[in-house]
Amino acid sequence: MVQTIEVSGLRKRYGDVQAVDGVTFGVEEGEFFGILGPNGAGKTTTLEIIEGLRKADEGEVSVLGLSPWPRNPGLLPRIGVQLQASSFFERLTTREQLRTFGSLYGVPVKKADAMMELVGLEGKADVRVEKLSGGQAQRLSIACALVHDPELLFLDEPTAALDPQGRRNLWDVLRQINTQGRTVVLTTHHMDEAEILCDRVAIMDAGKILRLGPPAVLVRGLDVPARISVASGVLAVADARLLPGADEAADDGISLTITTRDPSAVVAAMAAKDALTGVQIHGATLEDVFLELTGREYRA
Amino acid sequence: MSTFGSFKSLSRAMFLGFGRDRAALFFTVLFPLMFLVLFGGIFGHQTTSKVNVLEVGRAAILDQAVAGGGGELGKVMKVTRTPDRAGALRKLEKGDADAVVEQSGNELVVHYSAADQVKSGTVRGLMNSIVQSANQSATGKPPAYSMTTRQVEDGSLKAIQFFTPSLLGWALASAGVFGASQTLVTWRTKGILRRLQLSPAPLPTVFAARVAVSLAIALVQFALFVLVAQLPMFGLRLSGAWWMAIPMVIAGVLAFLSIGMLIGAWAKTQETAQAMTQLVVLPMAFLGGSFFPLDAAPGWLRTVSYIFPLRYLNEGMLNVMGRGLGPMSALPQIGVLMGVAVVGAMIAMRLFRWDAV
Ligand SMILES: Nc1ncnc2c1ncn2[C@@H]1O[C@H](COP(=O)(O)OP(=O)(O)OP(=O)(O)O)[C@@H](O)[C@H]1O
Ligand SMILES: [Mg+2]
Repeated sequence: MVQTIEVSGLRKRYGDVQAVDGVTFGVEEGEFFGILGPNGAGKTTTLEIIEGLRKADEGEVSVLGLSPWPRNPGLLPRIGVQLQASSFFERLTTREQLRTFGSLYGVPVKKADAMMELVGLEGKADVRVEKLSGGQAQRLSIACALVHDPELLFLDEPTAALDPQGRRNLWDVLRQINTQGRTVVLTTHHMDEAEILCDRVAIMDAGKILRLGPPAVLVRGLDVPARISVASGVLAVADARLLPGADEAADDGISLTITTRDPSAVVAAMAAKDALTGVQIHGATLEDVFLELTGREYRA
Repeated sequence: MSTFGSFKSLSRAMFLGFGRDRAALFFTVLFPLMFLVLFGGIFGHQTTSKVNVLEVGRAAILDQAVAGGGGELGKVMKVTRTPDRAGALRKLEKGDADAVVEQSGNELVVHYSAADQVKSGTVRGLMNSIVQSANQSATGKPPAYSMTTRQVEDGSLKAIQFFTPSLLGWALASAGVFGASQTLVTWRTKGILRRLQLSPAPLPTVFAARVAVSLAIALVQFALFVLVAQLPMFGLRLSGAWWMAIPMVIAGVLAFLSIGMLIGAWAKTQETAQAMTQLVVLPMAFLGGSFFPLDAAPGWLRTVSYIFPLRYLNEGMLNVMGRGLGPMSALPQIGVLMGVAVVGAMIAMRLFRWDAV
């Protein structure tokens, strides 16, 4: 069967920057797909080509079996897009904004108004967009992308400006949309978000996809030791080093941290010594995978 | 989704946005009206006042002329009798009267002051013609030559008759060019165009909405101008085919919008668009005859003025609103304006870009 999104050999160049350098992937119907990558990796450019905002220099794109370029009015009502930089009609209120966008898709006024509740903006219905906070503007931008019930949703860093409650609320909204059978593609810099939401993620850097797969598989594939920490002093450092399975131990005066590739054995031994006060276990995360692949040094 | 629904809601969005923009409201609506009030106030009362003649004692020649002239002389000259010769001459010196007239025997003596050359000239001319016609009738023969006068318009064009259409032309030109270029550039730089690019609304619908909003604003400008100018203190009189100004306004707005879209499609930043708009509108307003009548301008200037679309709008509106010409007189100008609109729009469509980069 046809995949919802099929991209192959995508390339895009801006002057002497190769923003997208041979990207190939597919997204299944109903899938929740994440694109991760450091700043300037080419995530936005890739999305914009798929959405039909930009023309690729090379490569094939098919969205819902259609070509997004040139501007395809048959495809546009079926996709919803939240752009990284939100943009609204000037001097309109939240409600007017949603109604205007809604009407471009033939969405009735009532339905457009209901979107405010979905993203928690009902209290801001009569506030002009210029007066919304960064996070509120972002929520409005997401609501505008959802207003016409698209089959396929693109979100470019949707949670970038949201507070923790807003993020969790949006996760709920997105999961709900996804369980209705809609396909969601998002980019994010929050690894926890990708791990929680995405069925599969693509890790991108310098215009190329470095790794693609379900987050759990990517994490398991990474040979990173777990860290077990307990309150400082419950166990001497020397004793901790001798625990079965322990690689390394250190006490910084606040916590004792043990590094191990066999956390279950270490924890069992510690339980036997009744030394589990304040225990925390940190396994490898998607963040470790990300840093492993894209390097730890800061790139300006 | 209906195209008409998109058109309606986009127009609504633009209209609300415009109505909430205090600066735009001021510059498109209030600012030109202030000019009208100012110009109408300064130049509106320049109706040439009558010459003021003081008649010392009885001057039979003058009295006969006034009595026999069928009221014609009364239109240009006000005669006041006074017995006080010295007092009358003092008034003349102070400028309170324009001439002092007395008759001694068969001689009409006219005292005048050189302070106001125009008025003293008028008085001397008038008195001379009165004496001539008295001489002529004294011969008892019918006059050998006669003269009839026929008026083409209701007097010379009063200031308000000129300023209403031509300042309105300037107001429409700046609102049209500015509105279109700013909307286009702002929408592009702020990403609203990309947002619309993602919606199924057809591009012509987006443009049509902007045109509809501009037309509505222009008709409001027109109504306000005409209403204010008709106040008794300004005294605009609309004659015959004044309504023909409405299609003229529409054609003019279309022409200016398409010039604005051209600038908006070409300019990359708001600053460039603004500068370019001023560069187009200001010279066009001056040389296109919005601030002074071109009839009195040198020939080369009148020739140059025809390269500006505003010239045609001003002339057409002046003809139907100020000069009282018939409805057909506006057709050539409407034709030129529509031509500018079509050509401008075609180029603007070619230059159009959704995106800033
Ligand atoms: N319009 C443009 N003109 C020129 N260069 C561009 C343009 N847009 C992006 N680039 C360049 O292309 C590269 C990829 O940009 P892109 O916006 O796709 O990155 P991104 O992965 O979305 O980054 P971020 O996480 O910061 O949003 C960058 O080096 C950027 O400088
Ligand atoms: Mg980006």
